[in-house]
Amino acid sequence: MATEEHTGIGASVLRKEDRRFITGVGRYTDDIQISGQTYAAFARSLWARARIEKLDTQAAAAMPGVIGVLTGTDMAADGLGGLPCGWLVKSKDGSDMQQPEHPPLAHAQLNFVGDAFAIVIADTEKQAQNAARALEQSIEVTELTPIVSLEGAADSAPIHEALSSNVCYDWEIGDKAATQAGFAIADHVIEVELSNNRLIPNAMEPRAAIAEYSTGTDDITIYTTSQNPHLVRLILAAFVQLAPEHKLRVIAPDVGGGFGSKIFVYSEEVSVAWAAKKLRRPVRWTATRSEAFLTDAHGRDHLTKARLALDSKGKFLAMHVATKANLGAYLSTFASSVPTYLYGTLMAGQYATPAIYVEVQGIFTNTCPVDAYRGAGRPEATFVVERLVEVAAHQLRADPAELRRLNFIKPEQFPYETPVALVYDTGNYEASLGKALRHADYEGFKVRKEEAAHRGKLRGIGFSCYIEACGLAPSQLAMNLGAGVGLWESAEIRVNPTGSVAVFTGSHSHGQGHETTFAQVVSNTLGVPFDQVEVVHGDTGRLDFGLGTYGSRSIAVGGSALIRASEKIIAKGKRIAAHLLNASVDEIDFSDGVFSVQASNQSATFAEVAFAAYIPNNVPTDEVEPGLAEKAFYDPENFTYPAGTHICEVEVDPETGKIDIVQFIAVDDFGEVINPMIVEGQVHGGLTQGIGQALFEHGVYDESGQLVTGSYMDYCMPRADDLPSYVVDTTVTPCTHNPLGVKGCGEAGAIGAPAAVVNAVTHATGTKDISMPLHSEKVWRSLQRKRRAA
Amino acid sequence: MNRFVYSKATSPRDAVRSHGKSTKAKYLAGGQTLLPAIKQLLDAPERLIDLSGAGLEGIDVGRKTITIGAMTRHADVAASEQVREAIPGLADLAAQIGDAQVRNRGTIGGSVANSDPAADYPAALLALSAIVHTNARKILAERFFLGLFKNALKSGELITKIEFQIPTTSAYEKFPNPASRYAIVGVFAANFDQSTRIGVTGAAHSAFRWMEAEDHGRGIKNLSNVGLDQSTFNNDIYASATYRAHLLRVLTLRALGRL
Repeated sequence: MATEEHTGIGASVLRKEDRRFITGVGRYTDDIQISGQTYAAFARSLWARARIEKLDTQAAAAMPGVIGVLTGTDMAADGLGGLPCGWLVKSKDGSDMQQPEHPPLAHAQLNFVGDAFAIVIADTEKQAQNAARALEQSIEVTELTPIVSLEGAADSAPIHEALSSNVCYDWEIGDKAATQAGFAIADHVIEVELSNNRLIPNAMEPRAAIAEYSTGTDDITIYTTSQNPHLVRLILAAFVQLAPEHKLRVIAPDVGGGFGSKIFVYSEEVSVAWAAKKLRRPVRWTATRSEAFLTDAHGRDHLTKARLALDSKGKFLAMHVATKANLGAYLSTFASSVPTYLYGTLMAGQYATPAIYVEVQGIFTNTCPVDAYRGAGRPEATFVVERLVEVAAHQLRADPAELRRLNFIKPEQFPYETPVALVYDTGNYEASLGKALRHADYEGFKVRKEEAAHRGKLRGIGFSCYIEACGLAPSQLAMNLGAGVGLWESAEIRVNPTGSVAVFTGSHSHGQGHETTFAQVVSNTLGVPFDQVEVVHGDTGRLDFGLGTYGSRSIAVGGSALIRASEKIIAKGKRIAAHLLNASVDEIDFSDGVFSVQASNQSATFAEVAFAAYIPNNVPTDEVEPGLAEKAFYDPENFTYPAGTHICEVEVDPETGKIDIVQFIAVDDFGEVINPMIVEGQVHGGLTQGIGQALFEHGVYDESGQLVTGSYMDYCMPRADDLPSYVVDTTVTPCTHNPLGVKGCGEAGAIGAPAAVVNAVTHATGTKDISMPLHSEKVWRSLQRKRRAA
Repeated sequence: MNRFVYSKATSPRDAVRSHGKSTKAKYLAGGQTLLPAIKQLLDAPERLIDLSGAGLEGIDVGRKTITIGAMTRHADVAASEQVREAIPGLADLAAQIGDAQVRNRGTIGGSVANSDPAADYPAALLALSAIVHTNARKILAERFFLGLFKNALKSGELITKIEFQIPTTSAYEKFPNPASRYAIVGVFAANFDQSTRIGVTGAAHSAFRWMEAEDHGRGIKNLSNVGLDQSTFNNDIYASATYRAHLLRVLTLRALGRL
């Protein structure tokens, strides 16, 4: 088909959704208006840690326009449950992790600046905010000593009195004895101490929620900025016990970015829904940017000591990693899994390191909860592995590319079982490194360095050979490891009588372009024109249960579910076609949207078969049910393992420490690619976030637990003029265990880039380590120290 | 945001009359600092007197001076051929303020009246021996900037224009904060027939002239032993006082080198 060349798998089709986004006619949560609506605002803790002594709501309730003031005490009296953590991690000694109570509205103790303790409902947003501010000023508290810094928090008095300590868990993975044995015979031992800086997500659209309660049917409809609306519904029903699941409908309409931060179920969405039911009025809330800084689950925040053992030839023998991971004040929805199963399991990287042992302490502090943020554990793991390898190359005076190549898992070793529980199905790390080196003109680096030196600049080149595990799976394995939900995905394909198709997916698009990519997949599979495929997502009232979008899982898991559903459509179509064409089912072939009888010129188009399915003139309905709609639930056999090489080249001004990224190359193996343009866009965004982490972004609290970086005046997001023009390319080893051969691309940039940038800068400066973000003063001081030491 | 009364002045005199000496009134001169402050409840004026219709825009080039009306936008100073011809450093400075949106709304009078310790213009005012004209008097730049967000303006006093001396050469060197793009340190250097002047912003609580360095003039290659009072230097998550002092020396040499 002519159209297929332009819209099928592998075509850079322009994004269907962009017309509405770019012309400002998208429909985001805050765009939705409901008759009789009221506005919510939250009263929040001004203290990092304080005991609530007295909260008198009378004055606030009497303020202009205020309809209701509901507190944590009211919520507890209504019997609402706390916010759960969806992954139970066990400590080395087999004990369960410690879980503090997490009431959506605090009633006894405030545990971080921004912790909500009351919701105010008023006629206008301003009135609600004024009353909320009044509550913040009038609440009587006893200030308690906050634990803010991750360093030392494990040994400090517990911030939650019900817990024995601030250590949530003390987890391990890998073989400790084998690792010790590796170090015992090592010729070289490389040691690094690393910090992985706390990040604040900064989705363009802040979190928002609108809830409407129907007194007639006792239903609650919630519009919210979620990456996984079914999970919101499940938690509200099963854990918070707001209403039974069949009485809740959660709709995540257009959502403007998530990066993980909109996976979770937060206090605000729960409180808005509860207030709407209690007051019998629609209630709406949209976070201010200040609230987003304070309360959107933050990312990263690790302190790590890592060691790598090598033999005399530079072969890796063993790796030991000990990490303290900041979990913040409470356990956010998937917080426990991020620094454990999404982190420790990735420490093999692209290397055949025979023994690895990882230990992680998850630690509570009086800061905003920390959870998954683009990459979630895998950027932190890549940073550890790739910094270790870089420092090893530096100390052994080895070429950093050659040292990596020497230790790569070789193509013939796949499937490869790592010492940290994963089985990589396929890959070719040499291929992506080689391609990246050619793009980078690695041979010419020496000349470029000399030329830069003439201009007074220090030039450096840095590598990051990352791996990630996407499409967390299979469900049974994940649940054995403590996951509270399965990790499959659903799809339904409904064919209309005229042959156009509605595709319902449990994946959720909040910027990724699924309406385009998924339509390409279905158009390609069913031979239906691309513009006759409509993708529907984000509404529990219209879809089968689905698990949403995170962890670069959508095309690998959600896309595979589409293939399974399409196969069922084709199978039924063949049965219908057999009747139309007076042939047996076995004689019917299907390709390019046409059912045909083998060895004949008889055929029926997909549209003709669809029509016959609903207008069954020649189809006996006792043999073939009317209609043409099928669904599938796909549970993957394994993770997918995207991998690649990022190369960053920088120039450092030694007088000021200022860094200029002059070249950035990303060669990624995402398996098969559905839409190269969208993939390139995902890589650009990911790289920018990774570079942002390396150079600029840092969520900083002062000693008293106040957020210093609570606005864009202090929290630095990367901007276009900070960045080079990226060189993006791919290599392909198709995933071996899903029908599309795809691996996922959403997080790769954010995973690979930080180490590449830091490695380039330390290569330029000749210093061992500079902690992220590489603010110019740190770089300058590192050069000063080196100069003094020399 | 709190409620306030908005009015639009038709002349400087009208503006001053509307303001009176009220401490609850504020002039709105572009609003690039004031409006965010009001939105975040950091400021709560009861009256806003918009100066955009008061006829205070314009660039006037004389033989020895350039006079810029208080409501002239940064973008207009940056784009002015006359300014670029006469004081290229000043056009460069204006082009580096904030971002395009800020430059399209923010004005020189608003910036000078706000006296942010990290704003760009104060460095130029000090280096170019500027005179701040108000509705009531003329104030020398050196007597204008008095400390952290403090200046010589009295309540209700309105800046009408800034008069800069035209130097023989000028240059502005800025090291911006990567987040806010305000100056961590900004150095404006200017040569006049008999002297070199150096205005510094960002480094300390208030913009200042680095007179010890001026004494060495443009030929100097090393400023490490030149006196520098760091007692009021700023210190934040992006730059310590020590680093600012270092940057000041580096940027001053660079600015002098461009003269």
